[in-house]
Amino acid sequence: MEQVERHTISVLVDNEAGVLARVIGLFSGRGYNIESLTVAEVDKANALSRITVVTVGTPMIIEQIKAQLERLVPVHRVVDLSQDGPHVERELALVKVAGVGDRRVESLRIADIFRARAIDSTNDSFVFEISGSTDKLNAFIRLMEPLGLVDVSRTGVVAIARGSKAL
Amino acid sequence: MSEQPMTGSEIAIRALVDQGVDVIFGYPGGAVLPIYDALFKQNSVRHILVREEGGAVHMAEGYARSTGKVGVVLVTSGPGATNIVTGLTDAFMDSIPLVCLTGQVPTHLIGNDAFQEADTTGITRPCTKHNYLVKKIEDLERVMHEAFYVARSGRPGPVLVDLPKDILMALHTYSGQAIKVQHKRYQPRLDADPDAIDRAVDLIANARRPLFYCGGGVINSGPKASELLRRLVQMTGYPITLTLMGLGAYPASDRQFLGMVGMHGTYESNLAMHGCDVLINVGARFDDRVTGRLAAFSPNSKRIHVDIDSSSINKNVPVEVPLVGDATHVLEALIARWKAKKLSPDRKAIAAWWTQIDQWRARDCLRYAGSDSIIKPQYAIQRLYEHVKDRDVYITTEVGQHQMWAAQFFKFEEPNRWMTSGGLGTMGYGLPAAIGVQIAHPKALVIDIAGEASILMNIQEMSTAIQHRLPVKVFIINNQWMGMVRQWQELLHGGRYSESYTAALPDFVKLAEAFGGVGLRATKPGDVDGVIAEMIAVDKPVIADIQVDQTENCFPMIPSGAAHNEMLLGPDDEAKRPISEEGMVLV
Ligand SMILES: Cc1cc2nc3c(=O)[nH]c(=O)nc-3n(C[C@H](O)[C@H](O)[C@H](O)COP(=O)(O)OP(=O)(O)OC[C@H]3O[C@@H](n4cnc5c(N)ncnc54)[C@H](O)[C@@H]3O)c2cc1C
Ligand SMILES: Cc1ncc(C[n+]2csc(CCOP(=O)(O)OP(=O)(O)O)c2C)c(N)n1
Repeated sequence: MEQVERHTISVLVDNEAGVLARVIGLFSGRGYNIESLTVAEVDKANALSRITVVTVGTPMIIEQIKAQLERLVPVHRVVDLSQDGPHVERELALVKVAGVGDRRVESLRIADIFRARAIDSTNDSFVFEISGSTDKLNAFIRLMEPLGLVDVSRTGVVAIARGSKAL
Repeated sequence: MSEQPMTGSEIAIRALVDQGVDVIFGYPGGAVLPIYDALFKQNSVRHILVREEGGAVHMAEGYARSTGKVGVVLVTSGPGATNIVTGLTDAFMDSIPLVCLTGQVPTHLIGNDAFQEADTTGITRPCTKHNYLVKKIEDLERVMHEAFYVARSGRPGPVLVDLPKDILMALHTYSGQAIKVQHKRYQPRLDADPDAIDRAVDLIANARRPLFYCGGGVINSGPKASELLRRLVQMTGYPITLTLMGLGAYPASDRQFLGMVGMHGTYESNLAMHGCDVLINVGARFDDRVTGRLAAFSPNSKRIHVDIDSSSINKNVPVEVPLVGDATHVLEALIARWKAKKLSPDRKAIAAWWTQIDQWRARDCLRYAGSDSIIKPQYAIQRLYEHVKDRDVYITTEVGQHQMWAAQFFKFEEPNRWMTSGGLGTMGYGLPAAIGVQIAHPKALVIDIAGEASILMNIQEMSTAIQHRLPVKVFIINNQWMGMVRQWQELLHGGRYSESYTAALPDFVKLAEAFGGVGLRATKPGDVDGVIAEMIAVDKPVIADIQVDQTENCFPMIPSGAAHNEMLLGPDDEAKRPISEEGMVLV
């Protein structure tokens, strides 16, 4: 069997009705994996949205995914960031931790190390905002578990190529 | 152009006219009544009333495949739209350009479970090349023209435009400009990379055991592609095989043609595929009916693949030289490059390859045991071919054994003469497709080679043929079984014929008459010629019930999960070689 690889793919699409359903339907219909998917409009004047999708598959499957995405009529560009050179990836999470006493202090201390910010606090809870790589977020959340983790909301990965060139 | 505001319905029809559409296939209903009213008031577009919306799509497919034009369908919302899903999927799989207009409930009711509301764009998203829901009258003109552009450009396919009733009744001007506007992003690439062309011709010239393997993409590209293909194949002197969808892309009577490839292809084609050292694929998609077991597919070949859709390349089979582009453009470039480089084939090696191929050919793999008392299905199709081969003839089929025998025994000399459901294998395709072909070619002889089970799936369209005076001929190879299913049950399930006998069949002669057509029947070999002659002579829809051997199976056959060199040539092989367990789970 060929080795399975993780790829981050940026897709520039027309921001029109049904475009997200098309992309998601393509992945589910053809049995491709979605590890995360984010979407938002990035160019209002031209009504363009950018989808960042993280997927895993053999090189042959990854090539298929890109070709299948390119085939969709509202798709402008498909760029495989993982293949095309250096890029940066970020994810944001809101992490709610409930607790009092030592556990509460400990959660604040760890948040500080991870450069997470408390953006809401009550007497017995914090909501931390943290951004960074997926691995960093995973590590932070794991450390919060014994300290009263009650809720997590994550954005999924957004990514962009390094250097001056645009998508 | 027109300063006067028009209704949405009028805009839709005007766009059809500007696209050169002169016929549409459809069925009315509440949501599309405004378009039907607008149709009533004009004479440019002819409407063919069908009997079930599914029939309309296959008619449009037959029309499109036999002309190279876009086929057009008009149906109502809800059940009208859901009835066309099979046809859309069929056209999507076989790359047939269609534009389907569906009615929709008014925009303010969308999402309310209104009467005859269905999420048509949602349901059809995976089975169309693209679809639109028009929510603003200002978008209608552009969307109509874009739909045609998308349907016919690049890899063709079905496009659906969902039209809410209020949009059909709203007023707006028609600019006449939208037809000229270039699509802002969808611009399929037509010319392949010149370096790759260079590498391809070198590979072709240096081949010792080459094979051309060509398919539906050559037909999609237009008749010129078939002509260029013939030139390239004859320049090189190499053998060529075609897929089911490609039949007609190269003249079947030519010596270099080895017959169809794949599951029910010829021995020589499949062994050439297995043994070749250079495989030149033009417009074929390495379908599983063709490759058999992938791990054993054409193990020693370097491959060149010409396809306009890059997602077809390296999907199933890795290739050395991908040529993404239109078949006509790429074939032209290959020929030009071949000439510019003054290349020539390795004559000695090619002669040896032909000696080998001729030995395979000598097996005469399509031979079958004839009979004086019982009509062999192959015999019926051979006789049909002999009767019609010098005529202006178009053949459609249903799905099953008869379809495969038609592919094996009918010889197509030109493209666009053969209409069959390949990718989806839709029983019920053949009769409506034949009607669509007949509309496009009123003077031609159009024959649906059918099975008795398949024909019942869209038999209601006989009524359409009668209404519009379309003298289509239905040539039923009646074995009283879902023959293809019975054959697989024999091969894979110990001959336990679960539900594959087609009991309680109608009397097809009376059925034809009930519709107002002509029914004919052959029960012994001696009847066949007479029935065919009469079928051709009658200027009306005809059902010819050819009662054939109930036990005959279709060979050669590569069972699923097997390789090309593990072909079954006849019933004796079938008994000798049980199917592997991995093969059992495949379709
Ligand atoms: C019962 C049954 C048995 C079957 N047995 C067989 C069999 O034995 N042998 C067989 O061959 N098939 C068989 N089929 C059909 C099979 O399922 C496939 O439909 C068929 O093999 C596909 O043909 P194709 O490769 O030519 O591709 P098509 O489906 O015709 O696809 C065309 C390809 O060409 C490309 N293309 C389109 N336009 C252009 C252009 N302008 N330029 C370049 N490329 C273009 C497309 O992107 C696509 O990749 C069978 C079907 C049924 C129902
Ligand atoms: C709509 C649909 N349903 C089921 C099938 C599965 N199927 C393939 S061939 C076949 C039997 C066809 O029988 P018939 O039309 O009599 O043709 P024969 O094989 O006997 O020539 C069936 C049921 C199909 N291809 N299409």
